[in-house]
Amino acid sequence: MQAVSGGFQDAPEEAAVAFRAAMSALARPGRIERVAGAAPPAPLSVAAGVLLLTLCDADTPLHLAGGVDTEAVRAWVGFHTGAPLVGRGRAAFALGRWEALLPLDSYPCGTPEYPDRSATLIVEMERLAPEGMQLEGPGIEARAELGLPERAAFRQNHARFPLGLDFFFTCGERLAALPRSTRVL
Amino acid sequence: MSDYNFAYLDEPTKRMIRRAILKGLAIPGYQVPFASREMPMPYGWGTGGVQVTAATLTPSDTLKVIDQGADDTTNAVSIRRFFQRVAGVATTERTAEATVIQTRHRVPETPLSADQILVYQVPIPEPLRFLEPSEVETRKMHALEEYGLMHVKLYEDIARHGEIATSYAYPVQVAGRYVMDPSPIPKFDNPKLESPAIQLFGAGREQRIYALPPYTRAASLDFEDHPFDPSRADHPCALCGATDSYLDEVIVDDEGGRMFVCSDTDYCAGRRAAGHRGTEVAA
Repeated sequence: MQAVSGGFQDAPEEAAVAFRAAMSALARPGRIERVAGAAPPAPLSVAAGVLLLTLCDADTPLHLAGGVDTEAVRAWVGFHTGAPLVGRGRAAFALGRWEALLPLDSYPCGTPEYPDRSATLIVEMERLAPEGMQLEGPGIEARAELGLPERAAFRQNHARFPLGLDFFFTCGERLAALPRSTRVL
Repeated sequence: MSDYNFAYLDEPTKRMIRRAILKGLAIPGYQVPFASREMPMPYGWGTGGVQVTAATLTPSDTLKVIDQGADDTTNAVSIRRFFQRVAGVATTERTAEATVIQTRHRVPETPLSADQILVYQVPIPEPLRFLEPSEVETRKMHALEEYGLMHVKLYEDIARHGEIATSYAYPVQVAGRYVMDPSPIPKFDNPKLESPAIQLFGAGREQRIYALPPYTRAASLDFEDHPFDPSRADHPCALCGATDSYLDEVIVDDEGGRMFVCSDTDYCAGRRAAGHRGTEVAA
């Protein structure tokens, strides 16, 4: 895998379509969207690659957690996004498997005046299914359901609202999201 | 088409706006600062909405643009043509056919669906601005959820006029937390803020983006003994006879003659096409 390959073929249009999928997922927690267009090096999923290409650039410090922090991933991210690779305390985005991303209190969660100055975590999942934890909150008509890695961490994250982290979950070509506003029952 | 990047803005700018939109959706009602760009139209002509629309559009979208409910006014026509030219997207005047709707100061009468996105042009995003001019102070008030001043303002309305006299840009509290300015839509439209559609708000000059995810509670501020009243002129539309739409008052002569017509031109035309008639139109 060359670092220079695996990006969008037509960045303006593919990024627009990918962003709409990401926005739709975040605006409707629990909804699973399908994305395409990136071919990142292993072990990254297509969906994680698409999110990096769509949202990350030189203005967004990125933390690669655990097993995704390989030479090939660093080179690919560096070539396609230019995002500076940083420790978790300075990250605007963090990418990795759930266990590698923990603990959550090491990422910026915003300030009371600027709660948007907080990290977005991209969690690589073994499987992604609309079953598991019950979700309530903005973007959800009555109840939604999504398989999450655990419950307590997301409850704690929501309890700090409006501070907190926002999450994308990626698996293959699919992604879902959980903003800090969602209550996990 | 080949003369412009898709949807006019360069890719780093769209990424920056897209990140702000995601934070706005994650913190409903909170105003996310963003690095608003110069657009090829003056501030006050919807540059915030245009930037949000540009960051949101995909090539397969169908765009509708309205100004005070009308598709055929200067602002709406020029923004619609702008995106036809720089994004090559299809456009429509029919609310039901649109996937992205950019609006100045109205919510369409036709109920929006889950597949639609409504983008508002916002002049002053800060609901507390006319009560507290300092951005440092209003930011602190939002952080502390200190909205007493807004209730005092509404109370003073009641003390002076016997009712809450705020009739547009009527503040709402979003999901029980942030007080938000829904842009200068008439308060008649406030109940429509709780919608299956994604609603995005862009203020270009003030450099703020905020959002309402679908089905988010947006409670118009009121008092137990003075509940919120989404009032409406007490007339049917003179053209289509609608009694459920927001009306514009039109002066028709020099003798004080006037008529009331739907502000939403697509809604009114659709009703007339379906055979509804008002008092001004011979059957």
